[in-house]
Amino acid sequence: MIERLADEIEIEPERYELTAGPAYHFEFGEIQRRDFFKLLGGGLLIVMALKDATAQQESGGGRRGGSPRPVEIGAWLHIAEDGTVTAYTGKAEVGQNIRTSLTQVVAEELRAQVSTIKVVMGDTDLTPYDAGTFGSRTTPEMSPQLRKAAAAARETILDLAAEELKVERDSLLAANGKVTHPATGRSLSYGQLSKGKKIMKAIGAAALSTPSEWKVAGKPLRKINGRDIVTGKHQYTPDIKLPGMLHGKILRPPAFGGTLASIDSKEAEKLPGVVVARDGDFAGVVAPTEETAARAVAAIRAEWKTTPQVSAKELFEHLRKTPNPPAGASAGPARPAELVESLAAAHQKLERTYTIAYIAHAPLEPRAAVAEWKDGKLTVWTGTQRPFGVRSELAAAFRIPETSVRVIVPDTGSGYGGKHSGEAAIEAARLAKAAGKAVKLVWTREEEFTWAYFRPAGVIDVTSGVDKDGVITAWDFHNYNSGNAGLRPVYAIQNQRCEFHRSNSPLRQGSYRALASTANHFAREVHIDELAASLKMDPLEFRLKNLKDDRLRAALEAVAKAFGWGKSKPAANHGFGIAGGFEKGGYIANCAEVAVDPASGKVKIVRVVTAFECGAIVNPDGLKNQVEGSIIQGIGGALFEAIDFADGKILNPRFSRYRVPRFSDMPALETVLIDRKDLPSEGAGECPIVALAPAVGAAIFDATGVRLRSLPMVPNGIKS
Amino acid sequence: MKVLELQVNGINRRVEVGDERSLLSVLRDELDLTGAKYGCGEGQCGACTVLIDGRAARSCLTPVASVEGKQITTIEGLERNGDLHPLQEAFLSEDAMQCGYCTAGMIMSGVGLLKKNPSPTDAEILRAMEGNVCRCGTYPRIVAAIRRAATAGKAAKGGAQ
Repeated sequence: MIERLADEIEIEPERYELTAGPAYHFEFGEIQRRDFFKLLGGGLLIVMALKDATAQQESGGGRRGGSPRPVEIGAWLHIAEDGTVTAYTGKAEVGQNIRTSLTQVVAEELRAQVSTIKVVMGDTDLTPYDAGTFGSRTTPEMSPQLRKAAAAARETILDLAAEELKVERDSLLAANGKVTHPATGRSLSYGQLSKGKKIMKAIGAAALSTPSEWKVAGKPLRKINGRDIVTGKHQYTPDIKLPGMLHGKILRPPAFGGTLASIDSKEAEKLPGVVVARDGDFAGVVAPTEETAARAVAAIRAEWKTTPQVSAKELFEHLRKTPNPPAGASAGPARPAELVESLAAAHQKLERTYTIAYIAHAPLEPRAAVAEWKDGKLTVWTGTQRPFGVRSELAAAFRIPETSVRVIVPDTGSGYGGKHSGEAAIEAARLAKAAGKAVKLVWTREEEFTWAYFRPAGVIDVTSGVDKDGVITAWDFHNYNSGNAGLRPVYAIQNQRCEFHRSNSPLRQGSYRALASTANHFAREVHIDELAASLKMDPLEFRLKNLKDDRLRAALEAVAKAFGWGKSKPAANHGFGIAGGFEKGGYIANCAEVAVDPASGKVKIVRVVTAFECGAIVNPDGLKNQVEGSIIQGIGGALFEAIDFADGKILNPRFSRYRVPRFSDMPALETVLIDRKDLPSEGAGECPIVALAPAVGAAIFDATGVRLRSLPMVPNGIKS
Repeated sequence: MKVLELQVNGINRRVEVGDERSLLSVLRDELDLTGAKYGCGEGQCGACTVLIDGRAARSCLTPVASVEGKQITTIEGLERNGDLHPLQEAFLSEDAMQCGYCTAGMIMSGVGLLKKNPSPTDAEILRAMEGNVCRCGTYPRIVAAIRRAATAGKAAKGGAQ
């Protein structure tokens, strides 16, 4: 089930209803008023109902038949009797800083001070259902829900104040957590107005502020719990300690596709305090210390049955053997007639293949979970982007109702799309059951590199035709295995065919920041650069000639201006490149400058300029951090990151063998954020990574005349 | 099992542990100092960095027995009477974190650098910090934070003792 889950998330990114496990609909009618207030304390509670339940899942997942649709709850907001404001959301904080941006929008709409606002996130007992923190959806979807809840709270507070002060509502002003009556100078704090009350309101819509009015949102605000992080006080999952807790380790197969035939755990059980658990292919140990657990698991003698596995050397040929080839393919794809004609009539035709390696998320916090069974309830703390999905996985794994399971996500040490599934949670819970005590399980870095899922590898074939003026007249684009995110160009191309073909991936694969958009943008934008070069046209001019979309044009023009594109020639052994794209509502453009050392072949990215636009900006500094973080992370996949494997083993499962971007890889960065206050705010967690690789590839070509068509481009430098 | 006397953040701590234990696991599991993190277990990511006698060291590779009698400083030991170390303040000013998991190790490596070299050049900063990984890509802000603390000029006085 987990395999399918990962595949489905990756291959059909919008089909969340297929991957959310048993559809859990929060029945508004079932939660009694008194339960809420028992849980949260008295005061004012606003519950944000999603009318059509379409904001979280595509319709089709709901119930049919005459009975009224259950009301799906998006978020809730509570104002306590002491004036503390708490917003509840099922989203998880994994470093993208939504904790801060959601606080800002609540502060903005509620007209309350940031210091009085708390956000409770990712706790299946306390927060509403959420399909998962992925797809760059928090800003376009969760943020408006909390804004509406906050706006409704503000209106309710004003109603209460008018009643209390016995004045016209219009004569009141809400600001800084207080309602004032300017005519008389009287004021009441939100806390005073909530005291002794138990008011609950469900709302569907509300009048929201417009970005041009924003005083708190739209401005920089430092990371909310920054102090806890710089002092080491914040507890990530691996830092949690429960009374009597033991440490767990899992027995891993020597290769993928292994089944456990037998184990001999006599030696392991001799170690002090060690308990061994076995359940089918699952085997693990618990021990009082992590080192003892590691020694114990190493002392288990196990027999595994393994099966032959595809190795990295055969990967791309293997990926082409797709179970769903293009229409009529036997010796190559059969094209629709218009495409055949336009290619035949083209002034210039180009046919190229691009390849993409598997890469690892390698989040610095490895997969981890702390599990405890107590009074018939299972509680698991784990760093996941899908607390409700993991709850479903746990309930299914142990055949218990979901109401007996609680998943809590501490602010987590990153995910990048890699922490959607609950392996560590299930493993820790299974060991906790065997031991009768709480168990903490922290994956080693080797386990992280081996047993998590990877960003899919891919092969992309592109055939194109241009006329002599530089207009693209034909475009045939085939992606094998990577995925269909970012498959279609924004360019206005009349005759085009873009298809995604599934393959049997030899490695477990799944979501990774921007999904297949990185692969598809690499192939597309490098191909565009090749077309421009074949016509001796400037790559920016060539793109603009084929682009009607205003927002992408604006991003490309902004980046070119900031970079000084066309204003100067690169120094000797330096090169300039440009690329752009669109993903999840965001528009990105990059210019890159590289320097190549002719003696060693080493490539250094000297400078990257970014222009990015995602509608109205909520937190400009947080956004800049996300954009620049994406660029730096993208350097790895662009230049040197790749998972190497053979015979069902990962050959480079550690940082000493799998190179990740470091301080010395950092280019000079310049980032232009285009703030479109007239457009809805979109997410930015993914889009900024997609154009870096092709911009750098184009720069390398400019510097050396060498055209690189594989990611990673220069794991061992440029070969002369 | 052996009884060891450790000096951690200026306080004498006594632990009874097998001497195969790493300093990292003793700090985290016996002394409840979870600021230093496990990231790789092979000294390649820097998340476990602490100061030993004022010098940055990877606690995941340091056998606990080898640090008896030495001054160990962890991230928890930088704060003084509620006042943050200048580098901690600088990280906040520069908002030099995203998921924050690397931050404690980054700060300890940075403090170690500034103790040795209170006014490092950018090249010296990059060299000293090369062993610390930030997967979220916050490197430019971390460099800015170290520069800011260096400029503030108080960094050399912070840390142990």
